[in-house]
Amino acid sequence: MSTATIDQPAAPEAIESFTVTLIIRRFDPEVDDEPRWQDFDVEMFPTDRILDALHKIKWEQDGSLSFRRSCAHGVCGSDAMRINGRNRLACKTLIKDLDVTKPVYVEAIKGLPLEKDLIVDMEPFFESFKEVQPFLMASSKPADGKERIQTVAQRARFDDTTKCILCAACTSSCPVFWTDGQYFGPAAIVNAHRFIFDSRDENAAVRLDILNDKEGVWRCRTTFNCTEACPRGIQVTQAIAEVKQAIMRGKP
Amino acid sequence: MTTDAPVNTPAPAPTSTVVDGVHYHQYDVVIVGAGGAGMRAAIEAGPQASTAVISKLYPTRSHTGAAQGGMAAALANVEEDNWEWHTFDTVKGGDYLVDQDAAEILAKEAIDAVIDLENMGLPFNRTPEGKIDQRRFGGHTRDHGKSAVRRACYAADRTGHMILQTLYQNCVKRGINFFNEYYVLDLVMTEVDGPDGKKIKQPSGVVAYDLASGELHVFQAKAIIFATGGFGKIYKTTSNAHTLTGDGVGIIWRKGLPLEDMEFFQFHPTGLAGLGILLTEGARGEGAILRNASGERFMEKYAPTIKDLAPRDIVARSMVQEVAEGRGAGPNKDYVYLDCTHLGAEVLETKLPDITEFARTYLGVDPVTEPVPVMPTAHYAMGGIPTNVNAEVLRDNTTVVPGLYAAGECACVSVHGSNRLGTNSLLDINVFGKRAGNNAVEYAKTAEFIPLPDDPAKEVRELVARLRDSTGTERIAAIRKELQDTMDAKAQVFRTDESLAEVTHIIHQLRERYMNIAVQDKGRRFNTDLLEAIELGFLLDLAEVVVFSARNRKESRGGHQRDDYPKRDDENYMKHTMAYLTGDPHSAEAGDHIDLDWKPVTITRYQPMERKY
Repeated sequence: MSTATIDQPAAPEAIESFTVTLIIRRFDPEVDDEPRWQDFDVEMFPTDRILDALHKIKWEQDGSLSFRRSCAHGVCGSDAMRINGRNRLACKTLIKDLDVTKPVYVEAIKGLPLEKDLIVDMEPFFESFKEVQPFLMASSKPADGKERIQTVAQRARFDDTTKCILCAACTSSCPVFWTDGQYFGPAAIVNAHRFIFDSRDENAAVRLDILNDKEGVWRCRTTFNCTEACPRGIQVTQAIAEVKQAIMRGKP
Repeated sequence: MTTDAPVNTPAPAPTSTVVDGVHYHQYDVVIVGAGGAGMRAAIEAGPQASTAVISKLYPTRSHTGAAQGGMAAALANVEEDNWEWHTFDTVKGGDYLVDQDAAEILAKEAIDAVIDLENMGLPFNRTPEGKIDQRRFGGHTRDHGKSAVRRACYAADRTGHMILQTLYQNCVKRGINFFNEYYVLDLVMTEVDGPDGKKIKQPSGVVAYDLASGELHVFQAKAIIFATGGFGKIYKTTSNAHTLTGDGVGIIWRKGLPLEDMEFFQFHPTGLAGLGILLTEGARGEGAILRNASGERFMEKYAPTIKDLAPRDIVARSMVQEVAEGRGAGPNKDYVYLDCTHLGAEVLETKLPDITEFARTYLGVDPVTEPVPVMPTAHYAMGGIPTNVNAEVLRDNTTVVPGLYAAGECACVSVHGSNRLGTNSLLDINVFGKRAGNNAVEYAKTAEFIPLPDDPAKEVRELVARLRDSTGTERIAAIRKELQDTMDAKAQVFRTDESLAEVTHIIHQLRERYMNIAVQDKGRRFNTDLLEAIELGFLLDLAEVVVFSARNRKESRGGHQRDDYPKRDDENYMKHTMAYLTGDPHSAEAGDHIDLDWKPVTITRYQPMERKY
């Protein structure tokens, strides 16, 4: 057989492309005093993602458009942004799922310092994450050099919160976080939850104490923005509620 | 390492000074890259020596997190297994180009590597007895090929995500110093007196470009570990992230150090058709079946014993052959199906939730009720920076570069030979990441800092200035697209001398056009336009090496299938390719600046045999 020079066939059938207008909130810290809105027209297919539209603009129209991205399929957490007022990953938002008869508004996530265009300073976000001691603390170790035993049910107890990719979509959708940058924010609490309810961990009391702080879980007003924003489908508000209950009980 | 070290122990205060606008830092150990291998190394090095991890990305963005199906280790938790069988499978899977001493280390140390991760907190799926659960995977067999064995330890189809998160969590626990979004662009070499009185060049540090500020940072170090990942972006259809542009491998190449087995690139069988997004082999491990347009389970023809769980090179070739012979599905007959419908919703939702979602989100196909269109996607570089089993980088077939280490996909130990088995890469990063970290620390304990040369950032400053000030007429994206399209069309699963000659010619043209690019963003802060321009330079360099090495290997082995030389040729090619950059890197013909040499394969237990599954 000789297949070395197979040409890729054209896209199946003739799916029509159409023009989409993106209105992007631009900010160049070296030039602009204030962010400004700029619109771009791009030819897109219904199954394209907003990330594809941003790439098309960057690669064909304006190389200075700045945004973070890496895996492009929703697992690395780089490209959380506000798309039509909702926090989403650009790589998981398909054109066909938006109303493109109107312009699509794209801006950086809120509540973190704006650096340039769609890029924010992630350091405060990661600092909150680190403060909840997001790592397993266990003094015991199986004597035989094997794994710790954990039942299927024990493992399932914290499964939901292991899915977090630290994209900050939840934290930066939280109105409390917008107005009070000291609040730990949903993502940090999710990551605390992941260890508080892990049967192998021995440090729940310390984490519960940290989150009982005035900037801890009690700032949550249960608006569910975080749950709606999570691209991994984590029940964030529920996780926060479970941590609140654990604090009341004094144990997981 | 203890699992309960004091938390957040501050590392020794890093020294940092600024001279002529360049920041200078000094660490015993510098790790370039914060994926699985880099962070596994950091967990060893951090508590023992002053350590910095420098990464183009925030650590949790690294592509280790996209790995899905599992990490191999012969724990024998669910059925009989042992590391010797795992070693054999790895050697045979790599079509005997594997260095068998290294494969043995990989398989033996796998068991501790998994236990280490569990002890660090990784939430593996569990058996009914509460032990780490294991699933089947391609090429992993019981007793030297008798049947598929359950060897892959996993956490749903998020094993890489869990490994990346667990390693990052444990780096936070140990207070590791990260320099995030610092892009390492050069390895600084200092000329010193060699053992025989001759001058030799030895690594003394790295130069990084801080994406946020556009400033340059020189990190002087006693030991340097490269853990920079792969370069799948030389291809269009790839499971790799946009950021996987082979920067570390490219830096090593430009320093005149060799690259090994670059012609061997793995195409993962099940990428979402047209997109390349990975669907784990774990799906087939759980029982999913590949079918052609007529619904035939075609792998029964190509691998009668283990069928859909044959190694990736064989499955990918079989799929392309089905399509080439007119049995592809879809309106253009250009893909095959991954059929998961008989697995049931519960297995899909609990053991394969992410790939189920990917198919729904990106193709609008529900794997519970419909077969998923798939085709091979460029996935993994078997080749890379040659190292020995201690993760020490080699400057020729045997000589170590003192203080320089490499681990993970950027390295070539070689445990994967000409075709890596699924689940052996998550294993590789843990085993050889750990080795790199420990060996770098041991080296740094007795080594002195090598003085930096005058103005060590000079080359990077000039590179950045030249690109930022560029006012050419060529668009970066247009050159990159042509490279990727050409590599997909001419240097993918099947190659011929003719197809490789064509791509050689096009790469040559693209390298010339690259000299005339325009970076539009002239700013200093977060200049991702400049970043893409630099990355493209690495992609072009590496694609040239891949193709040049591929033309020279006139046989078919593992991931390198030549239609014009369809048989494996042990007599002439049972050896590793070693490619060196010599002379003027900008000379027109690849042959004018690439020298190829060979390196023997280490054979211990297993004599090469015909590879049947």
